Amino acid sequence: MNTLIQYLQYFLNGVTLGAIYALIALGYTMVYGILKFINFAHGDILMIGAYTGLFTYTALLGESTNAAWMLTSFFIAMLVSMAFCAILGMFIEKIAYKPLRNANRLAPLLSAIGVSFILSNGAAWMFGTQSRRFPYPFDDTPIVIAGLSITPHQILTIVVSIIMMIVLTSFVNRTRMGKAMRATSLDQPTSELMGIDVNKVISMTFAIGSALAAVGGILASFDFRVYASMGTMTGLKAFVAAVIGGIGNIQGAMLGGIILGILESVGAPLLGIPSALRDTIAFATLIIILLVKPDGILGKNEREKV
Amino acid sequence: MLNFFQLIIIYAGIYALMAIGQNCITGNTGMLSLCHAGFFCIGSYATGIICKTLGLSFWLSLPVAAICSAVVGFLIGVPTLRLKGDYLCIATLGLGEIIRNIATNMNPVGLMSIPRAELFGYQFSSRNKVTFILLVWFFVLVAYILFRQLSHSRIGRAMTAVREDEVAAQSNGINVAKYKIGAFTLGAAIGGTAGCFATAYTLTVQPSSYTFMVSVMVLCMVVLGGMGNLLGVIVGAFIIEFIQYFPQLVGLSSVIPAQATQIIYGLCLVVLMIWRPQGILGRDKYRYGDPRSAKERLVSFFRRGEKKGGKA
Repeated sequence: MNTLIQYLQYFLNGVTLGAIYALIALGYTMVYGILKFINFAHGDILMIGAYTGLFTYTALLGESTNAAWMLTSFFIAMLVSMAFCAILGMFIEKIAYKPLRNANRLAPLLSAIGVSFILSNGAAWMFGTQSRRFPYPFDDTPIVIAGLSITPHQILTIVVSIIMMIVLTSFVNRTRMGKAMRATSLDQPTSELMGIDVNKVISMTFAIGSALAAVGGILASFDFRVYASMGTMTGLKAFVAAVIGGIGNIQGAMLGGIILGILESVGAPLLGIPSALRDTIAFATLIIILLVKPDGILGKNEREKV
Repeated sequence: MLNFFQLIIIYAGIYALMAIGQNCITGNTGMLSLCHAGFFCIGSYATGIICKTLGLSFWLSLPVAAICSAVVGFLIGVPTLRLKGDYLCIATLGLGEIIRNIATNMNPVGLMSIPRAELFGYQFSSRNKVTFILLVWFFVLVAYILFRQLSHSRIGRAMTAVREDEVAAQSNGINVAKYKIGAFTLGAAIGGTAGCFATAYTLTVQPSSYTFMVSVMVLCMVVLGGMGNLLGVIVGAFIIEFIQYFPQLVGLSSVIPAQATQIIYGLCLVVLMIWRPQGILGRDKYRYGDPRSAKERLVSFFRRGEKKGGKA
């Protein structure tokens, strides 16, 4: 019974971690769906989002200890950080990726790596290399239900992620812009001929993806603290999640994120290996899934035509 | 300053070896791989273990490292053959991280004070950089000649055919799987030898230094220099090492923070990619038997630079 509860606890922690991965993976998958390139700078946008959120939150809060104001300023900080990252994402796309849209496939990839270097080292330069704690906007005492403990920040993470995913899904499926996005990802030249402003769609994709990364960054900073290179590993894992789910597929990114989070959390104790090897579990899962189903769990199988 | 210049030449040599291996995989055969840090790690450990734990000669570790890396490259090459393009890139990235993760887990400190390499009683010490430059660049030269001959041989042309169009290559009777695995194995072997020299120079092996960023850096060298062009790849290795050590070279390392170098590095990548997406010495389209003489090509290279300079 005790071990069951313990595993349920790992599972719960995995879901929380997975929700963060899923939010970040959405940005990767949307950009890949439309531009067919891996945006390696996405992980660093997450880090910028976490820093923006942290600074806005501490500035708004000041000396106040009012519980309601703490929560309000946290959400304001989140919105500010989303807006800032959305603008940053669009700006990066204009400067570093747009001129390379017709170049060979490696050029935008390397350009993205360059942007990633600029962002992460710029942050290390400006904010120092020491890590900072993101203060909880509420009392973070774990709530124990039937032996399972869940902290308020885990609840917040799951709730915010679910809201974001619902908003995104309805945006992509219900609005005109969402329809334009889906059309562009299916066939770019044709949608251009049908009167869709592809440049606007691509800008919008980067804006939404970066805003989601900002939320993911803020939520991740409760568990991982805020530092300049926080985006590298988290971003890489989120990308793995996007590939596991089937890259280019929005539901796939959500599913992949949750699966990866759970596997990472449950896998090490289940296999009886040290928890430091959790990264190995994540990447081994990726390779196994790619070998069994090369297009990911929900990906479409595209045959190469001659 | 001379000291740092020699350091740049040594590291450029070590990375040039890695980049030659990466070029065999990415430039010649067109497979986007990101696990050269893994091969580098295996080569370094091979030297570390053979020289320190077993107390054998450095020269023995060279073939052993090459063989170990080649075996791993082969093992990676076989299952990932089914994957294409970006999927291959992600799978190999994952494998590189797995190699590092396992190495860190076995011993996070790594190996220290590994004995120096010796040749006829002469010790290659890191204090005497000139002999080390000769040692590294001798092997770069050997690798350059070997891979140059390879890319002009039947095998090299088959690899190019695989890169340009896999289906067409297959229908012309080229065994695609064989050449892909072969390229992976060869590239890995060279990456492993580069690891030997790095260990022989620094005399330590630290698992934390074989991050995914090393693989990215090697890929950057290949793409910056011009994919498929061996000379370009070596130039790429020089440029990137030069940017890395620039503040030390001009004696401003106390004024310019370490992050600034990385920012310059990132800026260079973005600007170079926008200005010349095919790399510095890369060609727009690969073609055989350029009828123009070397001088004509040089002239047209600079002319093209003038014309395209403002277009970016």
